[in-house]
Amino acid sequence: MVGEETSDEERAELRETLGLTDPIHVQFSRFVVNASKGEFGISYQLRRPVSELIIERLPATIELVLISALIALVSGTLLGVYTGINRKGFLSDFILAVSLLGVSLPTFVIGILFIYLFAVILGVLPSFGRGEVIDLGFWSTGLLTISGLKAIILPSVTLSLFQMTYIIRLVRAEMMEILQTDYIKFARARGISEKSINYKHALKNGLIPVITIAGINIGTLVAFSIITETVFQWPGMGFLFIQAVQFVDIPIMSAYLVFIAFVFVMINFIVDILYYFIDPRIRVKGDVTSG
Amino acid sequence: MTFLKINNLSIDYKMRKETVNAAKNINIDINKGEIVGLVGESGSGKSTVANAIVNLIDEPGKISNGSIFMGETNISENQETIVQYRGKKIGLIFQDPQTSLNPILTVGEQLIETIQTHLNINIDEAKNKAINLLKEVGIKEAEKRFSNYPHQFSGGMRQRVVISLALCCEPELLIADEPTTALDVSIQSQILELIKKLTKERNLAVILITHDMGVIAETTDRVAVMKNGDLVEIGPTKQVLVKPKEKYTKSLVSSVPPTNKKISRFTIIEKENLNNQNNNIKILNRWSKKSIVDQNLVKIQNLSKSFDDSFFTENTKNSVMAVDNVSFDIKEGKSFGLVGESGSGKTTIAKMVVNLFKPSSGDIFFDNVNVTKIKKNKDLLKFRRQIQMIFQDPFSSLNGRLKVKEIIAEPIKLHNPNIKSIDLDNYIYDLLESVELSQQSAIRYPHEFSGGQRQRISIARALATQPRLLVCDEPTSALDVSIQAQILNLLKDLQEQLNLTILFISHDLPVVRQMCDKIAVLKDGKLCEVSETEELFKNPKHNYTKELLKLMPKIESIYN
Repeated sequence: MVGEETSDEERAELRETLGLTDPIHVQFSRFVVNASKGEFGISYQLRRPVSELIIERLPATIELVLISALIALVSGTLLGVYTGINRKGFLSDFILAVSLLGVSLPTFVIGILFIYLFAVILGVLPSFGRGEVIDLGFWSTGLLTISGLKAIILPSVTLSLFQMTYIIRLVRAEMMEILQTDYIKFARARGISEKSINYKHALKNGLIPVITIAGINIGTLVAFSIITETVFQWPGMGFLFIQAVQFVDIPIMSAYLVFIAFVFVMINFIVDILYYFIDPRIRVKGDVTSG
Repeated sequence: MTFLKINNLSIDYKMRKETVNAAKNINIDINKGEIVGLVGESGSGKSTVANAIVNLIDEPGKISNGSIFMGETNISENQETIVQYRGKKIGLIFQDPQTSLNPILTVGEQLIETIQTHLNINIDEAKNKAINLLKEVGIKEAEKRFSNYPHQFSGGMRQRVVISLALCCEPELLIADEPTTALDVSIQSQILELIKKLTKERNLAVILITHDMGVIAETTDRVAVMKNGDLVEIGPTKQVLVKPKEKYTKSLVSSVPPTNKKISRFTIIEKENLNNQNNNIKILNRWSKKSIVDQNLVKIQNLSKSFDDSFFTENTKNSVMAVDNVSFDIKEGKSFGLVGESGSGKTTIAKMVVNLFKPSSGDIFFDNVNVTKIKKNKDLLKFRRQIQMIFQDPFSSLNGRLKVKEIIAEPIKLHNPNIKSIDLDNYIYDLLESVELSQQSAIRYPHEFSGGQRQRISIARALATQPRLLVCDEPTSALDVSIQAQILNLLKDLQEQLNLTILFISHDLPVVRQMCDKIAVLKDGKLCEVSETEELFKNPKHNYTKELLKLMPKIESIYN
């Protein structure tokens, strides 16, 4: 916040106004009180209120995370079901082998490979930024413009790969287990079609644990997005955080971490409520008639 | 005319090392309107034959030879024919109603889907049909229960739902694979009556697979006996059970505990049990307690146990009384039976006797000391040594990572930490020989043993502390009849020689009759009646006891 030519008096005055001369416990309790009101102070680097900065960057991150969660869930489930049903096919082995790459390669390497392939060699997709953004007042979205949509493809796919792998393997394991159960055997013995057995009977049961894991993983996606946002220069919160780390901008870092914690708690809460709708065994407890 | 014809059927399981013949040259004919029983012990191939009819043999099993004809059609020949027949012409009922329904679809959804798969009718007609079916199998308020999920039904009701699913497209053949094994006696008899009624009304051909000879005797018209994949004998039920031609059938019938009389030992034909007659119970000379005092070893007074539904509030409205004000005495050296259906509280009582549960109220006296009042662990240990337990499931009650030697050594070392290793080994060998296992078994792991042998290991482990009271919680209900007979004989011998007192818990009345001197009947946690065994069977006082006795499947019914 201060330049080379700032005088000692000015430095002391600034420390005083920022409250940095108070004892630690006073500083901390002031932070907690303000944080509970949603005030995280002023960014040392950008000299603007942190809450304002976060709200400004929030849409970019949320859009990125939601799109990649969607990609991970949909393609992960589809591929998982396919590999769970056709256990011995060539395509299944291929999908599983490729998915291993998804786990073992770090996100930034995949991101850079994607940039090199699609932006540098093929030149079809932009290598950085959000593209054109439309401001809706409370929210700025890149999903309504062509350039915005093009821009989100590479980062969201990169971000989703890791989670997708997880979901493929989880869905596959669940499907394989459920296809062995008595009620699937009984459904076969009743002549129910294979299609209905796989997608109606087995998949519905298999998705219950997937939702738990996926819920927790959306939180992880927000956290992982730091790396992806940095690689693709995505103007989201993760990018803001990395910059803050470089400049020791503590108000931004603490606000970001509190926000992430909040997201985790909320998502787990939503998942618990979702259970109520998905699993009838939770819905009506204790309503068993005897006989 | 023969409706279903199984011709020279052989089924092979190709394993990595060898090929297992699960069924060898089976020939069975079934007519319409008749119930054919398929009986045998576990591994005899009876379920494999049933699965082969609908071509649902588990991997890697394959029909290697033979054919199955239904009417004029060969249904074993191609996959497409049998897929169309499943559900439409052949209905299947599985053993466990808890697992054979999809938990996240309502009963109605499962019925409608099955009906619409086979019959070309719209959803309203399908719904009507489904509700009528539920009524037909005896589900009350069918319109309301239609949209319930499986977990909202009790076990017996679920099995009715399963039956309605199997019958919803009016099949001509019904295959019931152990349909009542997981159910209580009273519900078992209802389900069997239902199957009999439907067979008559709809002129069904029924294959009933079971290991329960009582069920066979009361339900089937003809019976086929299987052993290790071979068809041993087939004929009218009465003829096979009364005058069995084959030695194996004879031994199977004689292993079944008779319901109408008490016998001193089970006759075991199959196995040459010569050493058994010598009564060489080796641990006898190590046994400290050799005489019986004429006293009540266990006195249970006003014992109650409630399980609270809610953890935070001790709300007595929500609590379930698992055991409600039960009192009885067990005389030293005698066998005491606890009988009741699932949920009657018999296992809860056993766990309180061995001090695994704390009673909510009431007292348990062991050797005139109030066990419930003991606070110190050290004092409790003395009692634990004298009371040992044998559990129902021999597969989960032994630690699979320990050798048999280590399993048996554990209780010995706990109560006698200073024992020398050579004494310990000898002690273990004596124990093993007392339960008719070889010394070599000591260095093997539990998974290398069969169910009956594992239960012997459990018994050896229980005897290791030289207990005075043995609590047996359904010790044979997971075993085949012939193995059950061996284990029960062993328990009787041990009791006689070692002066053991036994608390024997079972839902199986014939077994209890053979084992116990005195019996207590439990229902919903309450004691119905306590009396001498023969008195109870000949002259039951309580209505519930009378009903239980009436409903239990009796192999002797075949003689009438």
